[in-house]
Amino acid sequence: MDTVFGVKYDGGVVIAADQGNARSILMYQRNLDKVVPLSSHSAVGVSGPNADLVNFSEYIQKNIALYELSNDGMKLSTHAQANFMRGELAAALRRGPYQVNVLLGGYDESTESSSLYFLDYLASLQKVNYGCQGYASSFCLSIMDRDWKEGLTEDEAVAIVEHCMQELHTRFLIAQPNFIIKVIDKDGVKTSKFGADPADT
Amino acid sequence: MIGNGYGNYGQAAIGCDLLDIGSRRAEERRCQDSAGSHAPPTLSFGEPGAFDLPNVPDPAQFCSNNFASASGNKDADQLVKFAKGTTTLAFKFNEGIIVSVDSRSTMGAYIASQTVKKIIEINPFLLGTMAGGAADCSFWERNLGMQCRMYELRNRKRITVAAASKLLANTMNSYRGYGLSMGTMVTGWDETGPQLYYVDDDGTRLKGTYFSVGSGSTYAYGVLDTYYRPDLTVDEAIDLGKRAIYHATHRDAYSGGINNLYHVTKDGWRVVHAIDVNDMHYEFQEEKKNAAASSMKA
Repeated sequence: MDTVFGVKYDGGVVIAADQGNARSILMYQRNLDKVVPLSSHSAVGVSGPNADLVNFSEYIQKNIALYELSNDGMKLSTHAQANFMRGELAAALRRGPYQVNVLLGGYDESTESSSLYFLDYLASLQKVNYGCQGYASSFCLSIMDRDWKEGLTEDEAVAIVEHCMQELHTRFLIAQPNFIIKVIDKDGVKTSKFGADPADT
Repeated sequence: MIGNGYGNYGQAAIGCDLLDIGSRRAEERRCQDSAGSHAPPTLSFGEPGAFDLPNVPDPAQFCSNNFASASGNKDADQLVKFAKGTTTLAFKFNEGIIVSVDSRSTMGAYIASQTVKKIIEINPFLLGTMAGGAADCSFWERNLGMQCRMYELRNRKRITVAAASKLLANTMNSYRGYGLSMGTMVTGWDETGPQLYYVDDDGTRLKGTYFSVGSGSTYAYGVLDTYYRPDLTVDEAIDLGKRAIYHATHRDAYSGGINNLYHVTKDGWRVVHAIDVNDMHYEFQEEKKNAAASSMKA
């Protein structure tokens, strides 16, 4: 029931996710932050049950931090982080799978380029220019196909995400009023906007 | 063999071995003690993977098919019906936290008890609520109390609510698929201020301003969402907590009995009241009649 969007632009990536957590007919929380920063210049938008969301993202986050500490501050590239994540999903698949579908976006200072990766709960990995997770993909992939082009700016990329959010508000049965939008560029991960403040607890 | 005056049960004796749980010494002792088929099975105090599972190909599936205890009537066909059905709520406001619960326990259509204590006093600064399986809630929250005390002894400071709720969530995660049923709120006042966490049996852990859990939670949310403000006075907050539970017990068949209400401040929790919801019903009816009468007069 979660929605995650990712759009790559020239010099960064936009990752957005809805902010709700629901069970049966009840909405437990409306200001969750499902875009988890993995390192200084990468973040992953996660969809799935809260337990797997938290456990999986924290596990990957702490392992990446450990790598940096063990290797004299060397940062993992986004490509390496995505492959590490896929490896963990694949290893757990036949034991106790993580039921998470993610979009990982990052900016690499060494190549001065951004990248976006699509991973799903069956441990498939694909480098993409834009993507959606959840029911949103049925409505929004066509919008992204239409609107995305090479050499977008940050504002244009955020506009694509907002077109997608607008479409969901129009056509999707489940109300997802709040979305959090984060931008990853050369200055790191920053929150662009949110529907409800995740810190408001 | 370890001789400890309780017979040859090795680690299974409760007492001096309690603090050794999880330690290397206890593990070694357990390996030494597994001697012969006549020795009783060593109890490992509920470690994941160390208790008996049903002798079927898929224990998780078996548990969820035959031990259904979610709200509603999913266990109508079972021989064993679990005690469930509840309304619990907790909310943070400027003067602390109010925790308000009902006290009814139902097994199918039978009311097993009207006097269940659904607020569990983990320690003088931490409270837990009970919703779902009563045994699961009381056992695991008591286990949490033990872990919190161990934390205090090792670190010479009181545990934070965030850490306590994370310990409980981790325990729930390690038992995923075993058919536990627990929807609880862990709340207290620590060095970071008042905190409220919702933790449940599938490992969900959410930090929030207010939550309601149980079969009557939707009714309680109706009143809570409409009248909640962070700047309530203590008396207004107590009134809101009391009314939200009353309205839930009025509409939900599986909730009722007595409303137990606690208030948590920086000095710990205190019991505010324990009022029968039936008495509240007549009190509120009177109130409405008086309000109608006075507005007619005016």
